[in-house]
Amino acid sequence: MRYSGFQVLKQALSGHKGWGRAWRDPEPQSQYDIVIVGGGGHGLATAYYLARSFAKARVAVIEKGWIGGGNVGRNTTIIRSNYLLDGNEPFYEYSMKLWEGLEQDFNFNAMVSQRGVLNLCHTDAQRDAFRRRANGMRLNGVDAELLDAEGVRKMAPFLNFDSARFPIKGGLLQPRGGTVRHDAVAWGYARGADSRGVDIIQNCEVVGFRIENGICLGVETTRGYIAAAKVGVAVAGSSGAVMAKAGMRLPIESHVLQAFVSEGLKPIIPGVITYGAGHFYVSQSDKGGLVFGGDIDGYNSYAQRGNLPVVEDVCEGGMSLMPMIGRAKLLRMWGGIMDMSMDGSPIIDKTDIGGLYFNGGWCYGGFKATPASGMCFAHLLATDTPHPTATAYRFDRFRKGLMIDEKGMGAQPNLH
Amino acid sequence: MIINHPLLGPRDSQEFTYLGDASLIERPDWQAADAVDQFYDYLYLRDNPAGLHRELWYHEQGDRSWLVVTRNTLTHDITSVELARDVAKAKGRST
Repeated sequence: MRYSGFQVLKQALSGHKGWGRAWRDPEPQSQYDIVIVGGGGHGLATAYYLARSFAKARVAVIEKGWIGGGNVGRNTTIIRSNYLLDGNEPFYEYSMKLWEGLEQDFNFNAMVSQRGVLNLCHTDAQRDAFRRRANGMRLNGVDAELLDAEGVRKMAPFLNFDSARFPIKGGLLQPRGGTVRHDAVAWGYARGADSRGVDIIQNCEVVGFRIENGICLGVETTRGYIAAAKVGVAVAGSSGAVMAKAGMRLPIESHVLQAFVSEGLKPIIPGVITYGAGHFYVSQSDKGGLVFGGDIDGYNSYAQRGNLPVVEDVCEGGMSLMPMIGRAKLLRMWGGIMDMSMDGSPIIDKTDIGGLYFNGGWCYGGFKATPASGMCFAHLLATDTPHPTATAYRFDRFRKGLMIDEKGMGAQPNLH
Repeated sequence: MIINHPLLGPRDSQEFTYLGDASLIERPDWQAADAVDQFYDYLYLRDNPAGLHRELWYHEQGDRSWLVVTRNTLTHDITSVELARDVAKAKGRST
């Protein structure tokens, strides 16, 4: 069924009894052309673009739990393409362009809202760095504006401008950045893929890969063996654990990142605002809750929950930036597992095992990349060549010294 | 998390800085014939287990000792804490 205003009226007049389920719940077949491991945003987007753009019919997505239960439902919903380095910026801008046409494309309301992303700077050196980044963005055809303190004050008068320690000197604004309703992204891609023939198989965990003579023949799952000509793994925080089943060690550590939502408040924060003197970012959802987060906890974890020191650190950042939020009550907090790579940038590449492909290392920036990640992984799976915007995301960049290190932190995953 | 320091007793993990997998103690020999491959493994590749993990913590706001902590990455339970110096010496390192 195609969703439309007409359908809403029609279903309203017939008691909303005709909607039907948005995707099927099929039994796994014994064989597929392509099996995607991981029914998160990236896996579902990959399946969607495989079916839509590359006309691959026999595709399955295998998910351990339920779709949308992992990081695609746990992030702080921010989209942006404000990167500096050439390996990254064209890819993230491609993702932004896909976001801009996404809802029409997959016929689902994902509430893509380009309300702007504002990064604040607090020192002259930081402003210089932002000017450089803005120039890098503009050279790649991306919108970027450098605001002075007055410009920031017009947008967000409630900020703590005159803090003696961290006065706000200005900010880097990407007007086309914003937020997206993250659950709807998973659901939209799932529905779009399903309607094009992709089998989405939930509650089906991959327990091993069947590999003979260096070729991956299929996956062993809790619901039996599934043969596949190609297997694509897109499991984010579980990358290390899943690829270990294929005997691979990755340039990745898994870390926990926490996120927070306050009680619903009247509209106050116009877009996404990030603090430059600490690690704190905040936006306001359409329901009114302040959605915010900060640093990862900093130690290896698969626990999907963090500890209190980082909660305190994030709240200190928030209080320092906008003291008014001290009166707001915290409603919910949770953790997700991030696949932190050695240079802070992702990997979309073949592995040394024939027929086995990998998509991961998204650190804590995977949500904004969802559409382009899906498209580029689909391109790689369908054509065996990297998509033009993702040629830098190779496994061998670490061996060859071609790291894409936006923050310049080196091989220390908990600092990216 | 509370880290039971072998010399100082239970200390809050906030006093520590985290480095990563305890295999980082075993720095390869730079003069080995395959030093390039060994350093690639050492520097970039990780086991990243879901379960028991031996890892290096530095007591930066304490006695500045390096510790090898064995911790479960699924539950955050810490099962043993050793001085990294003792671990390295047990492997035959002089310092």
